[in-house]
Amino acid sequence: MELYTLLRQFADSWMLLLLFTFFVGIVIWVFRPGASKEYKDTANIPFRHVDAPAPQQNKPATSKEARP
Amino acid sequence: MSNYIKLIVLGLVVVFAAIGTNYARDLAYQVHAILVMLIAGGLFIWTLRNTDEPVLLTDRSGEYMDDVIRYGVIATAFWGVVGFLAGTFIAFQLAFPALNFEWAQGYLNFGRLRPLHTSAVIFAFGGNALIATSFYVVQRTSAARLWGGNLAWFVFWGYQLFIVLAATGYILGGTQSKEYAEPEWYVDLWLTIVWVAYLAVYLGTIIKRKEPHIYVANWFYLAFIVTVAMLHLVNNMTIPVSIWGSKSVIVWSGVQDAMIQWWYGHNAVGFFLTAGFLGMMYYFIPKQAERPVFSYKLSIIHFWALIFLYIWAGPHHLHYTALPDWASTLGMVFSVVLWMPSWGGMINGLMTLSGAWDKLRTDPIIRMMVISVGFYGMSTFEGPMMSIRAVNSLSHYTDWTIGHVHSGALGWNGMITFGALYFLVPVLWKRERLYSLQMVSWHFWLATIGIVLYAASMWVTGIMEGLMWREVDANGFLVNSFADTVAAKFPMYVVRALGGVMFVAGSLIMCYNLWMTVRKAPAKEASLTVAVPAE
Repeated sequence: MELYTLLRQFADSWMLLLLFTFFVGIVIWVFRPGASKEYKDTANIPFRHVDAPAPQQNKPATSKEARP
Repeated sequence: MSNYIKLIVLGLVVVFAAIGTNYARDLAYQVHAILVMLIAGGLFIWTLRNTDEPVLLTDRSGEYMDDVIRYGVIATAFWGVVGFLAGTFIAFQLAFPALNFEWAQGYLNFGRLRPLHTSAVIFAFGGNALIATSFYVVQRTSAARLWGGNLAWFVFWGYQLFIVLAATGYILGGTQSKEYAEPEWYVDLWLTIVWVAYLAVYLGTIIKRKEPHIYVANWFYLAFIVTVAMLHLVNNMTIPVSIWGSKSVIVWSGVQDAMIQWWYGHNAVGFFLTAGFLGMMYYFIPKQAERPVFSYKLSIIHFWALIFLYIWAGPHHLHYTALPDWASTLGMVFSVVLWMPSWGGMINGLMTLSGAWDKLRTDPIIRMMVISVGFYGMSTFEGPMMSIRAVNSLSHYTDWTIGHVHSGALGWNGMITFGALYFLVPVLWKRERLYSLQMVSWHFWLATIGIVLYAASMWVTGIMEGLMWREVDANGFLVNSFADTVAAKFPMYVVRALGGVMFVAGSLIMCYNLWMTVRKAPAKEASLTVAVPAE
């Protein structure tokens, strides 16, 4: 079988199925039990840490930056 | 040690560019070689003077990296005005061909300035807006400083160099004649390097985030960065004719080349002008409305539906061509299905204001953001309709397409960017408020009326010329010559150019307002510790 036909058959069958299942899976996953509570917290991310990053527990030395 | 490596690399670049200047086979390459030689030479001297000097190392992990974003905001406003001015000028050139000056033939005529305009607004204005806002959003929503230290500066300045090389190249004739992908091979290579650095900074920041969840705006920005990288690489597979010249030959040929070009072209719209700007929408509208996004579940479905569908919509640019019918039908069907996630996203953005609709009356910035989402909804309705083969047979090659592009680009991309700039400047320069809300209102109305004039005149002229082209008499002969349609379009071209003038005027008012916000608006804190970049 030539390469084009092979790829075309694969795209029309298994890949299509894979992509479609993945998408449907995401929609189902979004509506899983307990999602609303979690997403309520996630949706509020823009209203936290507006002025400064979250404080670090143990500061690594590599975070230093050179300023000439 | 790293300075020595930098010096070696910069020195080699200077020598290479100097040889290139001498051997250059065309003007665009020669000018670019001189430009690169000067920039690399300047950087060489600057690096040399700082080598073996004592370096002050400070721990900045406790603050956000905002100085690069301030530069990005300035660059966005600057390139915006440049791009809008270029667009308005070429609109007048179309109405009054005498503006294609004889002394500037081959440099400043419509054909040379048009790609300059499209690239200036899409890549310079839109690109800088995307880079600046993505750096802002990814830090705030990850609660972490940008990864990679000065790499973010390399992304910013490297991107400006790309813009300058692209723009000067178009004027001097260095173009590979692919819509929205005009820059020649060496400019493409440079953009690839900059883009990989951009991806590294962005992903690095997300990886070291302190929030457990990746906020949805980052998903859109990341899809934009990754997909644009893929599109750029595939559509620019060229072999240079000579290493000392700008001319290159594409490896794709015939209808495959056309298909790849419009796979690129439509996904430049889908991922550069849509996904990236949706990232802006999902952060700045909730911030300005001071309430979380309407439905976070919808935003996740919106994201996956959008990226799964957009990538297939390209073939609708090639109806009635050598492209097989099944492929253009596929593109058409996916374009129509794409309507759903687009409107899902629009509803999500608009409904974020539910319970706060009164803000529309008092806050011109939220008004700007809302009308931007409104234009998004309008152009994502118009687009699928135009992709239907029967409609396309009328609309294709006419000014309707140009009207559609501008209601999307001016309305959706322009307005959401203006809204983001009005939000960002007081925050980044630590000001209490904007200098003048009245000026924002002026900007809002000038821009809105300008877009309406633009879109309405292009609908009229587009449908008119589409009908004139297909009009046949009783014997089956075509009634109109092409020049007849050109003559009939004149009044609409003048209206379109006036719409452009209004849009430019609005953006100039914005620049003055933002400038005065930095200069005159009261500071948020008594001690302004943050260094303000050169004004």
